[in-house]
Amino acid sequence: MNYSAYSIHKLREGLKKKDFPSEDIVKDCLDRIKISKLNAFITICETEAIKKAKEADKKIKDGVDLPLLGIPISAKDIYLTRNIRTTAASRVLNRYIPQYSATVIERLEKAGAIIIGKTNCDAWAHGSSGENSDYGPTENPYLKGYVPGGSSSGSAVSVAANMCLVSMGTDTGGSIRLPASFCNVVGLKPTYGRVSRYGVISMASSLDSIGHFTKNVDDSALVLSITAGKDKNDATTPEIEVDNYKNYLTKDIKEVKIGLPREYFSDGLDKRVKEKIENEVKILEAKGARIEQISLPNTEYGITCYYIVQPAEVSSNLARYDGLRYGNDRAHFGNEAKRRIMLGSYVLSSGYYDAYYKKAMQVRTLIKKDFDEAFKKVDVIIAPVSPTLPWKIGEKTQDPLSMYLSDIYTVNVNLAGIPGLSVPIGLIEGLPVGLQILGPHFSEGKLFQVGKAIERPKI
Amino acid sequence: MKINVKHVAKLANLPISKEEEKKLESQLSEILDYVEKLNSVITKGVEITSQITGLENVVREDKTESCLTQKEALSNAKNTHDGLYKVKKIL
Amino acid sequence: MKSVIGLEVHVELKTKSKMFCGCPADYFGKKPNTHTCPVCLGLPGALPVPNKTAIQWCVMLGLALNCKIPLTSKFDRKNYFYPDLPKGYQISQYDEPFCLKGSLKLDNGKVIKIRRVHMEEDTGKLIHATVGNEDVSLIDLNRSGVPLVEIVTEPDFDNSKDVKEYLQKLQQIVRYLAISDADMEKGDMRLEPNISISKDGSLPSYKVEVKNINSFRFAEKAIDYEIKRQLEILKNNETPIQETRGWDEKKQKTVSQRTKEEASDYRYFPEPDIPPIRWTQKQLEGFRKQIPELPHFKVQKYENELKIKVSDAIRVSENIEVAQFFEKTVKIGSKHNVSPQSVANFLLNKGVNTSNITPAELIKTIISTSTYATIDNSKIKKAVEKVLRENPKALNDLRVGKTQTLQFLIGKTMAEIKEKIDTKIIIEEINRQTK
Repeated sequence: MNYSAYSIHKLREGLKKKDFPSEDIVKDCLDRIKISKLNAFITICETEAIKKAKEADKKIKDGVDLPLLGIPISAKDIYLTRNIRTTAASRVLNRYIPQYSATVIERLEKAGAIIIGKTNCDAWAHGSSGENSDYGPTENPYLKGYVPGGSSSGSAVSVAANMCLVSMGTDTGGSIRLPASFCNVVGLKPTYGRVSRYGVISMASSLDSIGHFTKNVDDSALVLSITAGKDKNDATTPEIEVDNYKNYLTKDIKEVKIGLPREYFSDGLDKRVKEKIENEVKILEAKGARIEQISLPNTEYGITCYYIVQPAEVSSNLARYDGLRYGNDRAHFGNEAKRRIMLGSYVLSSGYYDAYYKKAMQVRTLIKKDFDEAFKKVDVIIAPVSPTLPWKIGEKTQDPLSMYLSDIYTVNVNLAGIPGLSVPIGLIEGLPVGLQILGPHFSEGKLFQVGKAIERPKI
Repeated sequence: MKINVKHVAKLANLPISKEEEKKLESQLSEILDYVEKLNSVITKGVEITSQITGLENVVREDKTESCLTQKEALSNAKNTHDGLYKVKKIL
Repeated sequence: MKSVIGLEVHVELKTKSKMFCGCPADYFGKKPNTHTCPVCLGLPGALPVPNKTAIQWCVMLGLALNCKIPLTSKFDRKNYFYPDLPKGYQISQYDEPFCLKGSLKLDNGKVIKIRRVHMEEDTGKLIHATVGNEDVSLIDLNRSGVPLVEIVTEPDFDNSKDVKEYLQKLQQIVRYLAISDADMEKGDMRLEPNISISKDGSLPSYKVEVKNINSFRFAEKAIDYEIKRQLEILKNNETPIQETRGWDEKKQKTVSQRTKEEASDYRYFPEPDIPPIRWTQKQLEGFRKQIPELPHFKVQKYENELKIKVSDAIRVSENIEVAQFFEKTVKIGSKHNVSPQSVANFLLNKGVNTSNITPAELIKTIISTSTYATIDNSKIKKAVEKVLRENPKALNDLRVGKTQTLQFLIGKTMAEIKEKIDTKIIIEEINRQTK
C-alpha cells in the first residue's frame, strides 16, 4: 500500500485508529527512496528511522497524541541534525557530523515527526535547478531529464515522489516556491523571522526563510503551526503570536481582494503559464474573490538588488568554512560558491560598497514599499513562480546569469520579507506549473485560505 | 566592469587557479554589467534596508548556559593536540 | 618634531556569559575548549544573541568618559581571516557605535579626546608550540566571544607619561564601574598605541601600531623606544614605514611584525542576525544613575569639603571600595569628633583591611588609640592657672571674644602637663577659670 501518497491528516487518522503502524509507513517511504533514481537524498537514516517508528507505534498504543507522531519527514541537507551527517551538498562538509540540531528539527521531533533522511539540494542552497550539488543533480519526477527546480530540489522531489510526507526546505530567493512549482507540490516560504533560522546553514541571513513542502495546503498549515514562533536563539524571530492557521482552512474567499501585478505578467512570462494562471484567477473570481490589476513599479530591479545583497552576505557567511574546526578547506568549494563569494567580497570591498551594497539596500527599501502600498489595496497578490516551465538538465549550467534570471519572480518576496505560498495548478506538456500567493508580513493564514480555494484534491 | 580577481580572491581567502581566474573574470564582469542596471534607480534620500523585521533591542539576559564538552567541540576537527585545534604555525 | 600618539584600548568585560552566547565568559586558567558552544565555535547555522548587560556596561563606560550616546546603534560584521576568529568575521560596530566623542582629563589639565567607545567580541587564543617535529599553532576558543569594549582616542598624546596616566585613569574608572578587572598582565586590558612623529605639527603620513604590551611599564618603554627609533629614521631624512610592530621585553625593543602593503579591507556591513539597538532618554538616564561617583569627583570633594590633603584624597579614592568605606567612616566619625583627615591618616598609614572591619568599628579603634592619659584634676587646674597667669594678653583676648587664642592656650597647657589628654577637659577648665 502506498501510505505516503496520503496526507498527514489521513495518516494520523489511520495511525490513531491502528489501521496500520508507523513502521509500515516509514518502511514504505524508505523502499521508495532506495529504488528511486531521482537522487533526492544525500543521507538516508534507515536504522534510526525504523527504530523511531517502532517507538512511535508504542507511544500511539499508549495513547500519546502528537500532531506528527509517526509521520516520516525529510530535511534539506543544510538543516543541522545532531549525529546525522549534514553536508550542505558540498564537498566542504562531506564528513560533518553536527554537534547540535536546528531549532526547527527539535520542534518537529518533539511533535513526533521521524526524520528519514537528508535531501539533496544545490550546494549551500546556491542555485535554481538542483544541478549544483556535489552529490549529483536531482531529477524531476514528472519528466525524465528535466530539472526539479532548486535549490531545495531533493525536498520537493521527496514529497512529490511519495518518499515522505513533509520536507523542510529553505527559501532565500525562491528556493522553496520554484521547486514546489516544478514538482507539483505545495511549498511555503513563511514571513522572514516567522520560523527560526537557528541551526540552518545560513546562505544570506537577511533573506533566508525556513519553510516546507507538503502534499496539500492543510498539511502546510499544520507544519507551520509547529515550526513557527519565537526562538530565543534567533534574534530575528519576533514575539508575535502564531496564528491559528487551521481556522483559515475552512473560510471561503468571498470578498477577498486579489491583486495581479502587471509587471509579473509581461512579455517574459511563458504564454502557456500565463494562460493557466489567468484561468485560475477566473475560477477565484467565480468563487467571489475580487480581482484587481495592480503595479509593483520597482519589480525589475529586484534581481539586480538580490544579486548584490545575497552574494555579499554569502561571502561573509561562508567565511567560517576554513577546515580548522570541521570540514575540508576552502579549496573544496564548488564553482558557484566561489563565484558568489568573489562577487560578494567585491561589492563589499572598499571603494565599491556605496555603489553596490548601499545602493542595493536603498533599492530594497523601494521594493518593500511597493508591496506595502499594494497591500493597502489588496489582501493578497497572485503571481507566477517561474517565467518558464522546468528546463532540461544541463541547459543553463554554463550560463550563471541566465540561471540567476529564473528567480526573477521570486526574489522580490525575499527582499520584502513577505510570505509566499506556491500552489500547483496542473501540468503543461507533462511538466508541473504552480502559482504563488503573496501576502503582507505574517499573513500566512490568508495564504492558506486562498491556497485552499485553488488546490484540487489529488488523492 | 573589470574586477581584480586575484586581489578579491585574497580578501576572500579563496585559492583560485589560473584557469578559474580567467573564467571568473569574465563571468563576474558579465554579472556586474547586469547589476549596473541599479544605477538607473534614483535613490537620493532613500533609507537603507539591511533588515526586514523592524525588530529592535533583541537581547539576552546575562546568564550562563551549558557548553559543549571538549570532545564534542573537537569532534569534527581534522587536527587536534591536547584538547586544542592544531594548525600549521602562523606568523 | 613632535610625537603623535593615539590609543586603542580593549577592555574585556567581566559579565557572567559571553557576548553572543550563554557560555561562561570566565576563561582564565580553564581547560581548553571547554567553554564553547555552536555560537562561539562558529559552527554552521549558529546565530548570535547579544548580551544585555555587556551592552549596558559599554554605554555606562561611555557615559563615564563623557561620551555622547546616540539613540540608535547597530552591530556590523568586520570580515577578515585568522585562525583565532572562528566565524571569519568579528561582530563589532562600524559607523554607529554605542558611544561617541568623549574625553578624559589628565592631572596636568590636558584633555584627551575620545573618538568612540564600541562593543565587540574577543577572539580565541593562539598558542605557538612544537608538536613532534612540527612548528604549529594551537587554538583555544574559550576566549572566543568574550565581550570586549574598545576605547579609541584621538591622536592627542605626545609622550609616554601621559599615556601611562591615561591608562591608569581609564583602569580606575573601569574598576569603579566594576565592569572589568582591567588587569593588563592578565589581558583584561590591552593597549595598542599608534605612534608617529610630526615634523611640522601636521598629522604624519604614516603610523606605527605597537602590539604585545601587557603592563603599564611596557607601555611606557615601548612608546619611548618607538619615538627614539622613528626620530633616528627621520634624522636621516627618511620616513618610517607604516607597519605593525611588537614590543619584545627581552630585547627591550619593538620588532616588525607585519607590513601593511595595502590598507586592510574589512568589508564591514550591517550584521543581519542582530536587530539594531534603540535607547530612550529614560533608559540612558537610568544608566547615568547607575554610575557611581567617579574618582576625580571624589578627589575634589574630599579636598574641598572634607579638607583633607589632596595627595591623601587621591590615595583614598584609588579604589571604590576604600573610598566608599572612607566616606561611611567619615560620616560616623563626625558624630564622635573624629576628623576626616584622621580617618584618612588611619586608613592610609595603618594598613587597615576594609573587608575585615566595619566603619563604626574603625571609629572606635581610632578613638581608643588616641586615648588620653587620665590625670588628676588638680594637676590640670594648676597647669591652667599657671598658663593664664603667664599669658595675660591671651587671657584678655579670650575675654573680649577672640576665640582663636583658645587653641594657643590649650597648646600651652598641654606643654605644661607633658601628657596627652583630652582637649575637652582643658577647654572646660579654661572656661571655668575665665568666667
